[in-house]
Amino acid sequence: MKLTDISGDINEWFNGSGPLADIVISSRVRLARNIAGYKFLSRCSVAEKAEILKKLRDILMSLDLGDKIFYLAVDKTPVLDRHLLVERHLISRHHAFGKGPRGAVIAQREFFTAMINEEDHLRIQTLKGGLQLSQCAEQINRIDDMIEQRIDYAFSPRYGYLTACPTNLGTAARVSVMLHLPALKMTGQIEKFLNATRDTNLAVRGLFGEGTEAAGDFYQLSNQVSLGVLEAEVVAQFENVIIPEIVEYENAARNQLLSKEPDVLDDKISRAMALLRNAHLISSQEALFLLSHLRMGINMHERMGVSTPAINKLCSLIAAGSNAEKSAGLTGSPQAALSITTINRLFMLTQPAHLQLNCGKTLDAAHRDILRAKIIRSALNG
Amino acid sequence: MQCQVCQKKEATIHLTEITDGVRSEMHLCEQCAQEEGIAVKSQLSINELLSGLLSTQPSDDELFGNTEHEASCPHCGFTLSQFTKEAVLGCPYDYEVFEKSLLPLIEKAHDGKTVHRGKVPSKMPNDTKKQIKLAALRQQLDSAVQSEDYETAAKLRDEINQLEEKKSATGNQ
Repeated sequence: MKLTDISGDINEWFNGSGPLADIVISSRVRLARNIAGYKFLSRCSVAEKAEILKKLRDILMSLDLGDKIFYLAVDKTPVLDRHLLVERHLISRHHAFGKGPRGAVIAQREFFTAMINEEDHLRIQTLKGGLQLSQCAEQINRIDDMIEQRIDYAFSPRYGYLTACPTNLGTAARVSVMLHLPALKMTGQIEKFLNATRDTNLAVRGLFGEGTEAAGDFYQLSNQVSLGVLEAEVVAQFENVIIPEIVEYENAARNQLLSKEPDVLDDKISRAMALLRNAHLISSQEALFLLSHLRMGINMHERMGVSTPAINKLCSLIAAGSNAEKSAGLTGSPQAALSITTINRLFMLTQPAHLQLNCGKTLDAAHRDILRAKIIRSALNG
Repeated sequence: MQCQVCQKKEATIHLTEITDGVRSEMHLCEQCAQEEGIAVKSQLSINELLSGLLSTQPSDDELFGNTEHEASCPHCGFTLSQFTKEAVLGCPYDYEVFEKSLLPLIEKAHDGKTVHRGKVPSKMPNDTKKQIKLAALRQQLDSAVQSEDYETAAKLRDEINQLEEKKSATGNQ
């Protein structure tokens, strides 16, 4: 399989399906494991790393995951391809640009990835659209059981799964949810949300873009504590308490915008639409920022039945654009699902590595801005 | 404004201190502020926090004769000073070798918890699994008693007794 097979479309978990998918983009559970009898990676020689890589690769490639799986030697993969994997959240930046022999095993439908020789010998994750943490946890647990049949993990009765960093000890499970929170941002409540999560031992960071800046109002929320807790407890806390509460806040903020500042809401959406439909140069930061407003507008229409002048105009335009896509033979899915998919797809496909791989050549930032603007214009102008 | 310690980076932390009516100001970059022990919570990664904590270990270590700071792991040659730089350990045995020094960090990182309760590899002998469960139950019992939740405590005690009976029963076979 080639990366260009997947780079032309959004991944399954970003396709706007799944419970609460208007606000909860995706759910992920990741486990960290190390093989017994080996040092952690910081003290492994190149030869030892290669040995670990081969062992784990052989095991992983023989697993039956109900989907085609492919292997990538990350250290030998072209830089642009590695960027693409990071943009699709299949591997971490640390893994893409780390040192020494390392690899990734990826399911074609992208619901499963294994990183070999990242910070730990093995990190496996499952990803699903919307709020589906227990399904992710159940699936990754099953895969972990299959791997464990074939190899001994470093495990201590006291500390659980032994990881290179003590922050991951215990279950070594990291539960993450990616959230789209534009209304909390617009109403100036996002800082309150961030502070509250930090006080309750949760980590928050941006989903797109570099560092902690949450471009496009996408936030990733994960647990910090993994020792002395059950996997199921953490999952249940996220699924039944924390996430529904945040979704409620975001919905309340959307309603607040609607009732108290309908002109502000319409202004943001209209401006975003005007810029995206007319710009000839657009940076990835600006595109994320503006697309975020459109995404919220469409979701407010589809999920909450909201109808304002700007939202109505946006939805009719998106539907027209979708029809144009349909008649061009790009997709055959129903129109209602397509409208939000158009926006979701733009989020993914206008990222730097996606732009370049899909046009088949490397582009400098200025040329990327031109191509990005062109793709967005044609998607939104029908 | 430049950082007054390293004189290189931009000062982003501005501290005003008033001691005995005397006002003093400090302008530091993030890194130097961290080294001075001025916490910048939202800007620090957990790894940086951990290594920061470790480098300012309490002097209890000296009182109790903790020699881990000079020791190196016989299995991988790792030392604690390397941990403060890299924030990752050298091998699984480091958790035993440097237990005294690591324990406060583990406790801090995991909200006061120090005993595993989650999944156990199915290959582990049944007895080990039981011991893990017992240790976890005892820790839960402790916190239930501390928070005066006697109903939960009673349930936990029953569960512990049951498990222990089973354990001795299998032990006698």
